[in-house]
Amino acid sequence: MLRRVVLQTFRQGLAQSFFKRNAASLSESAVTQHPIETSEEASEKSGSKQKNGDESGNTVVVAPPEFRFMYPEFLPDPTMERRNKLKEKLERMDMLQRRSIIEIPEFYTGSIMAVTVADSNSPNKFARFVGICIQRGGSGLQAWFILRNVVDRQGVEILYEMYCPLIQKIEVLRLERRLDESLLYLRDALPEYSTFPFEMEAERRLNNSVVPINPIKVKLRPRPWLERWERQNLQGVEDLNLPQRYYDRAKEVAKPWEKYDLMLQYRKTIPAEEQEKIYAEVHSQLQQQDLKRKIKRRRGPSSEQ
Amino acid sequence: MALQVQNFARIIPLSVPFCRSFHQCQPLNQIQLLTRLRVVDNSPIGKEAMLEGRPPKCIHVYNKTGVGTIGDKVLVAIKGQKKKAVIIGCKQKQKPLIPKFDSNNIVLIEDNGSPIGTRIHVPMPSILRKILKDRSVAKKIDFTKLLSIATKFV
Repeated sequence: MLRRVVLQTFRQGLAQSFFKRNAASLSESAVTQHPIETSEEASEKSGSKQKNGDESGNTVVVAPPEFRFMYPEFLPDPTMERRNKLKEKLERMDMLQRRSIIEIPEFYTGSIMAVTVADSNSPNKFARFVGICIQRGGSGLQAWFILRNVVDRQGVEILYEMYCPLIQKIEVLRLERRLDESLLYLRDALPEYSTFPFEMEAERRLNNSVVPINPIKVKLRPRPWLERWERQNLQGVEDLNLPQRYYDRAKEVAKPWEKYDLMLQYRKTIPAEEQEKIYAEVHSQLQQQDLKRKIKRRRGPSSEQ
Repeated sequence: MALQVQNFARIIPLSVPFCRSFHQCQPLNQIQLLTRLRVVDNSPIGKEAMLEGRPPKCIHVYNKTGVGTIGDKVLVAIKGQKKKAVIIGCKQKQKPLIPKFDSNNIVLIEDNGSPIGTRIHVPMPSILRKILKDRSVAKKIDFTKLLSIATKFV
């Protein structure tokens, strides 16, 4: 049963997300497969066709395409065994509810953030931590990010769960991206690359401007390292100055064919059609919340005057 | 000599599958027996050991798992002596909201829980306030002095 479901989703997902979009010749081959399909699939296909028709008539809401980068935690974990449509939907509702209470701004790995947490142990009952976001992950209510900073020449990292009720405030002090998706190599870099003052003020940003990419190249300390960075094809790192044999070995164990592995890509990602559905479901509420906050901010200073 | 080389050449093809005998995954960075630790207070013995480049070794963890975490007491071998210490920061992966440090930090203490040094130079996790308060036992071990010499909490 499970196998059949997997096969079905595989066919649909692949056919719709990759073949249809990328190459016309491949879509032809998909068309030739149609007679083999079961009646269920055919009915689903026709349903999707109807939806497409709706889209052309501008009746269906479509979320902006940048949403998948702004709110990646709304997408479920692509692992097949962990998928549960009901759970995902309930979690999305809970996430929106939490977002209506505190603002969780748009951020990326490489952004500098400040998080205020309710802390019963500290005398003023709050703890604020500033740092650079070195990694971000998880999906649904378990979404998390790691902040790193160097305080008194001691590297400190804290993992925050984004929807943890203890979090009081999340600020983005500098919104930018780096050349890499994960900045774990900052643990092996010189401390000045991850030192940020706690008194840092939020930088002003024009509305709807493009998120800048910081092209900084980080200098790593000499080996030993926590990981073999020379094997990870890092963009944001200066020349590693290793003996040639390290690069040779890295070339031996590299898997350059993986980027052509459609099946691997399919297993690791949510199909574009499903993404669109999910974001169409949440985007109106997200935009409403955003609008409300903007109005509040505008009214704030005027009421003070 | 030539015969040896020939023999060697005959052996090589048999061991072709290149396989290492030691593990290649990332270390867990647990504080356990013989872990090197970093003294972060300004006690003379700790300072000297760190400057010498011979940081103390953990020779016992006073808990049931044998793996030290924040707030645990350890016995360390430092400059040929045995001293007790409290772990105030771990390199190991931590739970959410608990800071993870780049080194395993300890503060040397006496048997009654009062620190040997007078200052701690690095930030301490603020949950330590609660942990150490809970672990203090009246008239036996008292960590309040240790908490009062801390400079910063994160």
